[in-house]
Amino acid sequence: MQNTAPEANTEAPVKSVIQLNNVHKWYGEFHVLKDINLNVDQGERIVICGPSGSGKSTMIRCINRLEEHQQGQIIVDGVELTNDLKHIEQIRREVGMCFQHFNLFPHLTVLENLTLAPIWVRKVPKAEAEEIGMKYLERVKIPEQAEKFPGQLSGGQQQRVAIARSLCMNPKIMLFDEPTSALDPEMIKEVLDTMVELAETGMTMLCVTHEMGFAKTVADRVIFMDEGQIIEENEPHQFFDNPQHERTQLFLSQILAH
Amino acid sequence: MEDTQRSPDLAPPSSIVGPVGWLRANLFSSPANTVLSLVGLYIVYVLFVPVLDWAFFSADWIGTNKDACSSEGACWVFVGQRMDFFIYGFYPKAEYWRINVIFVLLAAMIVPQMIEKAPYKEYLGWFFLIGFPIISGILLLGGIFGLDAVPTDKWGGLMLTLVISFVGIIAALPIGILLALGRRSEMPVIRIICTAFIELWRGVPLISVLFMASVMLPLFLPEGTNFNKLLRALIGIVMFQSAYMAEVIRGGLQAIPKGQYEAAAALGLGYWKSMGLVILPQALKLVIPGIVNTFIALFKDTTLVLIIGLFDVLQTVSSAIVDPAWPEVSTEGFVFAAFVFWVFCFSMSRYSINLERKLHTGHKR
Repeated sequence: MQNTAPEANTEAPVKSVIQLNNVHKWYGEFHVLKDINLNVDQGERIVICGPSGSGKSTMIRCINRLEEHQQGQIIVDGVELTNDLKHIEQIRREVGMCFQHFNLFPHLTVLENLTLAPIWVRKVPKAEAEEIGMKYLERVKIPEQAEKFPGQLSGGQQQRVAIARSLCMNPKIMLFDEPTSALDPEMIKEVLDTMVELAETGMTMLCVTHEMGFAKTVADRVIFMDEGQIIEENEPHQFFDNPQHERTQLFLSQILAH
Repeated sequence: MEDTQRSPDLAPPSSIVGPVGWLRANLFSSPANTVLSLVGLYIVYVLFVPVLDWAFFSADWIGTNKDACSSEGACWVFVGQRMDFFIYGFYPKAEYWRINVIFVLLAAMIVPQMIEKAPYKEYLGWFFLIGFPIISGILLLGGIFGLDAVPTDKWGGLMLTLVISFVGIIAALPIGILLALGRRSEMPVIRIICTAFIELWRGVPLISVLFMASVMLPLFLPEGTNFNKLLRALIGIVMFQSAYMAEVIRGGLQAIPKGQYEAAAALGLGYWKSMGLVILPQALKLVIPGIVNTFIALFKDTTLVLIIGLFDVLQTVSSAIVDPAWPEVSTEGFVFAAFVFWVFCFSMSRYSINLERKLHTGHKR
């Protein structure tokens, strides 16, 4: 099995795994993404922030085609996203995603949530899938919850299960869409710790989040979006200490004020 | 701090628990309630005692003809004497065993479903859906394996009612699921076809569907085409009920949050796998009451096949009560028919409640 997490590998030539070239998207009349250009290298950790309605969630949801873009080019792991269902499913197998509201399957136990996709998409035998599932549950530190239903878990535990569920597919890229914003404050830390550990394994990560502490410790690059455009991107120290753009300064002053 | 001993839990006084407590709390909690309770009990007494007396205490149970019946109470002798007709219709007497075999098989499959930890439940379920209908079809129709052929116009009574409802239930659910998915499809052609189908069948009364099937359809078919009457009725009922079923299931599909579809898609599950593994198990569970409601309606609607000359259980009863050998037994006949329908419908209702409880996973998203 190829289920070992990808290790950080500094010798291999850095490879671009996600490319967005001149991407535009409209919701009806509303121009939600305007000429997005983004290049993500393998192993890179990117934090995307910006005011609500700025298109940051829409952008990462375009990467696994939960949203369709109308113009431009998106290439993920060497495959271009078009209407071709085969390409879409191929990309979705390699791209894990965690949602704001976890979206665990409430009718399945925690372990069944974890093994569903490996069994039905990757055709892994059930026993092996359960072994992998338990391994990741241990990694997110809740193996004792395996037989429970998601509704019996706390929000933080559910989000950790959701992360484990994505990891069971052995993805090359992980997308996080505001993973902590539906959580009570005392549960945010346990999820962030899990994400930090994941980052340390060398996983390519794109996180839409307002957790600036996480951005400072983990991110290689912080991207600020507003009104459907990438306004500014920089490595975290520069980004926080010396924001170039007026709107970035305003945004940072608002979220860091308290 | 002073060292206090924990006081032991004492049993509550009998005035608040047990039968006495229950009576006090529910029937005699105030003078006004006491009066109301007594009035209520009196009404129950006045209404039900004569009914019980008629149906049980003064009823006649044993005998072979109308002379065994006094005029005091119900004449159950009549129902007993015509029971074969009510159950088997015009099926040849020598072949009753075939229907009995099916009843035994049915019971053998249903009983384990009621028991929480019965083994092989899953296999029994599949046998129920696939093997059982085939075996029953062979047994009922005959014509192969040395069984005499029994034409469907000899079928009748409870057996016919069960055949129609069983086929209706087994076929309407999957067709309803497909129609519901089709109506929510992103492909316009499929969506329009499914919507049109549902609205067409839902917009006409079942009785006219059956009438069309038996009178109009032969007019459109080429001369000499003989299309079995029962089959026509079955197709009509299945189409009609699957349209209703589709709308019930669509309600369930719409109640599933968008996040579930997205999570399934993000894991790489395709359309059919997302639906089959993630969406439908949740949606169907949500609408169990509606599905069972449709099943019960279907079961009772089978009585309408009388319009095309098929003898369901109600029709066998109403034809038996006009028998001159048994004057004045119509009340007994219809009470019996009502009881038969009630037993089946109530069982379905209880089973659905049981199922809901079993599938509850202690969550609210």
